[in-house]
Amino acid sequence: MTDFLNAIHYNIWILPVLLLLPLIGATGLMADAYFGRTTDGMGSSLSRVRGLALTYFVVELVLSLGLWWSVDTSSSTWQAYVSLPWIPLWGARILLGVDGISMLLILLTTILMPLAVLGGWTSIKENAHSYYALLLVLTTGMLGVFMALDLLLFYVMWEVMLVPMYLIIGIWGGQRRLYASIKFFIYTMVGSLLMLVAILYMGFLHPDATTQLPNFSYDYLLHSLALTHVQQLLLFVAFFLAFAVKVPMFPFHTWLPDAHVEAPTAGSVILAAIMLKMGTFGFIRYALPFFPDAAMDPRVRSIVLTLAVIGIVYGALVALVQPDFKKLVAYSSVSHLGFVMLGIFSLNVQSVQGALMVNLSHGISTGALFLLIGMIYERRHTRLIADYGGIAKVMPVFATILTIVTFSSIAVPGTNGFVGEFLVLVGSFRTQPVYALIAATAVIFAAAYLLWAIQRIIFNPLTKPENKGLRDLNWREIGLMAPLVFFIFWMGVYPKPILEKTQAAAERLVQQVEGGATMTAANEGRRK
Amino acid sequence: MLAEALTLSAVLFAIGVVGVLTRRNAIIVFMCVELMLNAVNLSFVALSRLYGATGQVFVIFVMTVAAAEAAVGLAIIIAIFRHKQTVSLENINVLRG
Amino acid sequence: MLLSSMQTIATATTGHPLADTAAKFVWLLPALPLLGFVVNGLLSLTAAANIGPADPSAVGHGHDDHSQESTHGAHGAHDDHHVVRHRHAALVSLVGPGVLAASFVLAAAIFMAMRGVEMHVPFISTLFSWMPVGDLHIDAALQLDPLSMVMVLIITGVGTLIHIFSVGYMQDDPGYPRYFAYLNLFVFFMLLLVLGANYPLMFVGWEGVGLCSYLLIGFWFSEQANADAGKKAFIVNRIGDFGFLVAMFLLFSNLGALDFMGIAGSADKLQPGGPLVTTICLFFFLGCAGKSAQLPLYIWLPDAMAGPTPVSALIHAATMVTAGVYLIARSSLLFSMAPVASLTVALVGGVTALFAATIGLKQWDIKKVLAYSTVSQLGYMFVGVGVGAYAAGVFHLMTHAFFKALLFLGSGSVIYAMHAAYHATHSHDDAQDMRNMGGLKQYLPITWVLMWIATLAIAGIPVFSGFFSKDEILSSVFARAHGSPLADAVWLGIPGSALLYFVYALGLAAALLTAIYMTRMMLYTFHGPNRTGEMERNHLKEAPWTMTGPLVVLGVLSAIGGFLNLPEFFTTLIPALPGETLAKWLEPVVGSATARLAGGEGHLPASTEQLLVGVAITIAVAGIVIAVTRLKPAALVKKSESPESVGLEKMLEHKYYVDEAYEKAIVTPTIVVSRAVLWKGIDSGIIDGLMVNGSAMFARAFGWVGSQLQSGQVGTYAWVLVIGAVALLGAFVRAMQ
Repeated sequence: MTDFLNAIHYNIWILPVLLLLPLIGATGLMADAYFGRTTDGMGSSLSRVRGLALTYFVVELVLSLGLWWSVDTSSSTWQAYVSLPWIPLWGARILLGVDGISMLLILLTTILMPLAVLGGWTSIKENAHSYYALLLVLTTGMLGVFMALDLLLFYVMWEVMLVPMYLIIGIWGGQRRLYASIKFFIYTMVGSLLMLVAILYMGFLHPDATTQLPNFSYDYLLHSLALTHVQQLLLFVAFFLAFAVKVPMFPFHTWLPDAHVEAPTAGSVILAAIMLKMGTFGFIRYALPFFPDAAMDPRVRSIVLTLAVIGIVYGALVALVQPDFKKLVAYSSVSHLGFVMLGIFSLNVQSVQGALMVNLSHGISTGALFLLIGMIYERRHTRLIADYGGIAKVMPVFATILTIVTFSSIAVPGTNGFVGEFLVLVGSFRTQPVYALIAATAVIFAAAYLLWAIQRIIFNPLTKPENKGLRDLNWREIGLMAPLVFFIFWMGVYPKPILEKTQAAAERLVQQVEGGATMTAANEGRRK
Repeated sequence: MLAEALTLSAVLFAIGVVGVLTRRNAIIVFMCVELMLNAVNLSFVALSRLYGATGQVFVIFVMTVAAAEAAVGLAIIIAIFRHKQTVSLENINVLRG
Repeated sequence: MLLSSMQTIATATTGHPLADTAAKFVWLLPALPLLGFVVNGLLSLTAAANIGPADPSAVGHGHDDHSQESTHGAHGAHDDHHVVRHRHAALVSLVGPGVLAASFVLAAAIFMAMRGVEMHVPFISTLFSWMPVGDLHIDAALQLDPLSMVMVLIITGVGTLIHIFSVGYMQDDPGYPRYFAYLNLFVFFMLLLVLGANYPLMFVGWEGVGLCSYLLIGFWFSEQANADAGKKAFIVNRIGDFGFLVAMFLLFSNLGALDFMGIAGSADKLQPGGPLVTTICLFFFLGCAGKSAQLPLYIWLPDAMAGPTPVSALIHAATMVTAGVYLIARSSLLFSMAPVASLTVALVGGVTALFAATIGLKQWDIKKVLAYSTVSQLGYMFVGVGVGAYAAGVFHLMTHAFFKALLFLGSGSVIYAMHAAYHATHSHDDAQDMRNMGGLKQYLPITWVLMWIATLAIAGIPVFSGFFSKDEILSSVFARAHGSPLADAVWLGIPGSALLYFVYALGLAAALLTAIYMTRMMLYTFHGPNRTGEMERNHLKEAPWTMTGPLVVLGVLSAIGGFLNLPEFFTTLIPALPGETLAKWLEPVVGSATARLAGGEGHLPASTEQLLVGVAITIAVAGIVIAVTRLKPAALVKKSESPESVGLEKMLEHKYYVDEAYEKAIVTPTIVVSRAVLWKGIDSGIIDGLMVNGSAMFARAFGWVGSQLQSGQVGTYAWVLVIGAVALLGAFVRAMQ
């Protein structure tokens, strides 16, 4: 496989192509809708549009799969590196590259996108071409965030994601979609504004020696920036706000339940499975390596860890009492992402690897949960847990898959959820035993809220007449859940291949932060 | 000579300002604005004796603009009158926040 | 010695004497049940996908009383026309028990191989690397040693019998393939639990059996009570699992290892009797208390009786609930270094034994009696492993697996008969309530005889299996109460010696109550007048051979199982018999730990031992005699006609109101606080209301203030303009000067 990929120079063209293809697809879809409207009836155009969109996503997926083999994750340099001119006057370039961490997140994105499209296959009927075009643009934005190695490019991609998601929630969402979409947009936008200021500051701090232009290159900044403790703290706070809103960390999480609940199925899936990962990815890629000293500052660390642990327990407890299943899953995300933050800031190999694993497995399990909710919502048009009950009798396949996914979310051993949570806890216990101990109680709460919820949905007596006639999943629905179920077990039973992909990057992060912190301390000493 | 011309210009301008500030009829306010413009024109012309012909060129410019302004402004006032049956500024407050 | 065993471990897999025997197929032991799970699971799902709902009642034709049946737990109406047997039932009946029997045969082969070799070093078969991260290496590795061998034999042996029983008991259930899928999956996880070569892998089994228990308790999920019971079991178990996890974290962060051999190799880093090892052991014990239903986490087990009766026999009596005992025996090295933790285990075990036995006295549901009896017997096992008599604890685990499985399956047989009778007459009476039974011995003679054997065994009547195991535990407690490290330790200010005598007294008291409540159960069920209706009486009959067959085998084992580990005093009476077989077998695993806690003396003087045996027998006989003389089965009336009990009896019948107390003290407050304070208060109120929407409100208010400046009056604007211009001009002029 590797030989074949080398032969076609895969690493040279793959990243730009992955970014451009969805954009081309989006343009194509809009053009198709514009020119095709006069000749085609509405029905044929819907199936044509979604077929076309699915084709784009599948092509994107197939193209991206090569990254699994082509990316040398043990290398300390960026893989599939691309450098193109962009805005010379500002010193901004299009720099793209991946390492083990971003490669897995890119694959997660390209794998989940076709599934998200299939999940909304029959429920999106109005303005389907714009819907799928927006999904494609969104894909470019998300992949761009994971690939960007230029801070300005990163920021642009970071904001580009917001617009399609805002429109997807606002147009195809539920009852309170306007409130939710505006809240989502402003919340995340405000969070990231300070980050823009910080990025500009960093870019202009050390202009290029010859041209006097600012430089936003990730590698350049990482090696040339010599920041004082105070500078680091301020910049860290700016980045922290942007990422913490996205993660979301307690208490910046309240946009999430609304956005999740109101978004259409694909929107919820993408939000939970991919967009939340941007936040944690940001911490790993930017906030920690750039500002090691701030991140290692005991005060900062204890604040972040406390928020993470509060998020874990608080999210679980609030999830316990949600009447709306989507909201429950949203709060469970707050809890799970708390584990990721705990793992990242405990900063040892096990905890960071665990955090990356929770990141991925949360994407898969929660994505699957939202897809499943979408399936019963399409049948019953309600998300309230109390409206269901006993449907395992009429939908045994649905019940089986829901049970599997739920247990993965509860982190039962043998599923993907366990590996991540276990590694996070085992690692964080070494450096932060008290926080880990409190976080570990979440194993109890997670079981409580999820089991209670699925009991009220699929178990208990089948009393409501509306539920008696529900049809079980069809082949499309089974087919789109099958890969997710496969990943749940694969990552749970044999996570070694995945852990190996991120091993080098995780070790490097730990070294960078610990080494960087001591370096700043030395610098400070020299200044005095 | 110059002093007298500038004094006249100042007096005319002050009359214009007071008119704009105190009168409520849009037509009169409009004429007061014209008065202020012409006061400035006068000082331009007067000062052109000292600083060359640029001031006189400006006067031509201002007169052109004032003519255009008068056309548009009067048209607006007529439109308002047709709509509201009055040109009293007290009744025209569509810009209120 | 530990270090030398560490050095040999690297070569253990290849150079081990077991390497070229059946042991190399050890991975097949769990793999076979897993295969069964996959086959049965697919059968249950394909059937559902092809013929619609798995349960005919879901679409509303026929079989209307299904939910009623579920209430009674038994589900085997076999005589009728409108029950549609699952179309793959025959295949399932073959695969389900078949894979387990194959596993048992393999286990027996490995056992035979192991008998011939010295087992000082366990045989470890590494399948693949599971979680390799930095210095953490967790392998998917299976460990064969005498302890796991005993457990594997019990699980596959008793498991096979119960699977066969299930064929008769469950085959008319619409969810038959699903049932066997769960049951096979359970055995897979249980084998993983006992075969795992490290704590995380053991934890996979540990949680996995909890998962299967959840699924099987809630097997008839259409009844809310069953679904509730399953959920309760899982959540309470999770509290224990939290302890297990924390213990693992402590081990890894201090010893840097999580596999048993690695821990054995580095255990000398731990200070014996120190706070660290005590904390680790106490957290492990929290896990045990959850899984093995000890105080204060026992509450899920009685509710777990909502599952099918063979499930109660397999999971909630013979295997899963004993996992805690196995865990302590497996961690005997750590526990022997922590006398305080060991004393805690013994004390909790003793108190649980007595506490559960008192509740067992007043239960009317035949399965509830057995459930509390299980809790009580598990307490005994913990007393055993708590005082460092690991072999005795495992011995009782084994005999208990025999007689309690027999009791549960026997009760299943009774319920089956009762249920069939009620079904035939369309009665909706409770098929599990002993007040509705009585005099069943003439209808179910085989069950009657076998259950008496089990009752005598659990009561501790000599030569039956339970007598030997229980006696060994009690005499170990007595022996350790003087001159051992345990006796010298101080537990919360109480001398260990006094504590152990107290535990001994608890054990004796529980033994008396055990004899009483078991005899009570037998009297009310099988003796006295028959309290089923006239019509039902004609339908009462013994179950088919698939059900009675396993009962007979278990009956034989319950009767003679004690001979697997005869005590010294017995072998001196009959020298031809081999003594302490099991203890010698387990010596390589728990020997050093046992010796460490036993202190110098080890055995009691013969005279003392004979005295203790005499006391134990007297108490057992006394219990039976009290029950027979005091209880009047003839005076009992049907459940529907029974008066409410009062006073202490009422309190026992309501299980000391523990469930209600937990509900009031923990569950309700958690939910209320989560809803009112966390969600409505902090989330919707402070964060979202005050901060998020608050800042939006603030922006809006600010904008409103600004907008008020816009009067719309051109005159006002002109004034402002002029004033501003003048002010600027003035400032400019001033600045020029």
